[in-house]
Amino acid sequence: MTRAWRWVLLVVVTAGAVVMMFPFAWTVVTSITPDGSLADGPTLIVQDPTLDAYRTLFASLPMLRIIANSIGVAVACTALQLVTGSMAGYAFARLEFRGKGVVFAGYLATLMIPLQVLVVPLFIQFKDWNLHDTMLALIAPAAASAFGVFLLRQAIEAVPREFDEAATIDGAGHLRIFALIVLPLIRPALATTGILAFMASWNSFLWPLVVIRSPEFQTLPLGLATLQGQFTTQWDVVMAGSVVSIVPIALVYLFAQRHVIAGVSHTGLK
Amino acid sequence: MTKRNHAAWAALFLAPSAIPLVLFTLVPMVSSIRISLLSWNLISPPRFVGLENYARLLTAPATARVFGNTLGYVVGYLPLVYVGGLLLALALNARLPARGFFRALYFLPVITSWVVVALVWKWLLNPSNGLVNAVLGAVGAPQPGWWTDPNWALASVIIASAWKDLGFVMVILLAGLQSIPADLYEAARIDGASARRTFWHITLPLLTPSTFFVVVISLINGFQVFDQVYVMTGGGPEGASQVVVGQIYDLTFRYGRAGEAAALSWLLFAVILAVTVVQMWGQRRWVHHD
Repeated sequence: MTRAWRWVLLVVVTAGAVVMMFPFAWTVVTSITPDGSLADGPTLIVQDPTLDAYRTLFASLPMLRIIANSIGVAVACTALQLVTGSMAGYAFARLEFRGKGVVFAGYLATLMIPLQVLVVPLFIQFKDWNLHDTMLALIAPAAASAFGVFLLRQAIEAVPREFDEAATIDGAGHLRIFALIVLPLIRPALATTGILAFMASWNSFLWPLVVIRSPEFQTLPLGLATLQGQFTTQWDVVMAGSVVSIVPIALVYLFAQRHVIAGVSHTGLK
Repeated sequence: MTKRNHAAWAALFLAPSAIPLVLFTLVPMVSSIRISLLSWNLISPPRFVGLENYARLLTAPATARVFGNTLGYVVGYLPLVYVGGLLLALALNARLPARGFFRALYFLPVITSWVVVALVWKWLLNPSNGLVNAVLGAVGAPQPGWWTDPNWALASVIIASAWKDLGFVMVILLAGLQSIPADLYEAARIDGASARRTFWHITLPLLTPSTFFVVVISLINGFQVFDQVYVMTGGGPEGASQVVVGQIYDLTFRYGRAGEAAALSWLLFAVILAVTVVQMWGQRRWVHHD
């Protein structure tokens, strides 16, 4: 590629990035624009920026609680999926038992069933148990993911068996081999699985929408949708809510960016 | 390797994942089949109606409309993200300064939740005082009613969705581009092949496995589209952008027809399964394998 072409390409890529980033910038700009001046049409430079929208936001919704819910649910789902997934991955990669193929096929088959098929009966189930509208209802269904099991089984199979055999000779049992030898060696796969689990929980909307009624158990996507219903025309408040819900995940992304992108591209290279 | 049977250990290691999967996937799946045979509003006692729900859905005009809208969404969305994602991947596969930074930037919308994406675009595409129409007005272009106009509602959802997923497609295709052996390009260069010929005869054919993955995933996810539609249009105006999952939600929680909703969810599953199987079968004709 010639030098001139590279410059042209760089300009195009930069322009594209500006366009792609613009909705984020616009969200922030709108959130600090005084409510009255939004109706006059959009302006890029805010004349007298204000935090009124954020005050209204925090006054009308239990925002801190909602943010804490989102983080808590996402962390719990991620931790559970890592524990349940790596244990199952170990069983499928390292243990000999009858019906292993059938059980593994059964795990993979659950990936075929979309959430929409499950959402109505699942709601009825939680209602029967009187557990609807609780945090538990948000966490329990995401305690295990067959996709996570699949990723972690792959990773454990790639760990050389000589390592566990040496440990077996030293008298270590499966629990110790699993926890002290296998787990530390599959850290990259754990990171990938964990990030995918965290993002799925953080963004989940349909299930919380169905199962949660009380404002104090809402997660961010649900809280934002409620907010929009309340402040249909007050876009400054709606955008303030959007900013508040982008910031935590953007911070995680800032630090884990390499792992996130590696994790996603990994899912494409089966 | 000991040839011992580890059944007890296997049970211990599998139980933590098997119990939730059985309880929250298998059991609801079976009860979904049962519910689809009932007439039930979730409150009064259910009545067994056999296959009546399926029969009614298959003849109802609403079913054809929501499947048509969903298909329209997929057909509008897929070329947009694929071509856009491919152009981005090609650009960012070239040796550019700060390309890691650009990749991270283009990927940012992917980590943003659908609800936020939908709200931000609903505001950008606000017909009266949104930014997009202000710009269109300034250059003298027509200003559509976007999500308030039945003819534009689905297009608004497609634009927002494509913006969010462009970075995802880019990352998948970048990984595909990087797995193409460099010596093929070297050979093409020695043979004096033009950049265009190299693209059509090396890059695109060898990218087909990644393309296939993008198409399969996009179709599976596309047929299940819900969040952004619910937030941006609520399926409106007058059902113009109602999609299958939105209809499942409304049937259950608005119209109290849970049986019909369960039946519709199985129809959706059948469609997704059929589309995926056809692609798996058809891939032999166009996906490159080495």
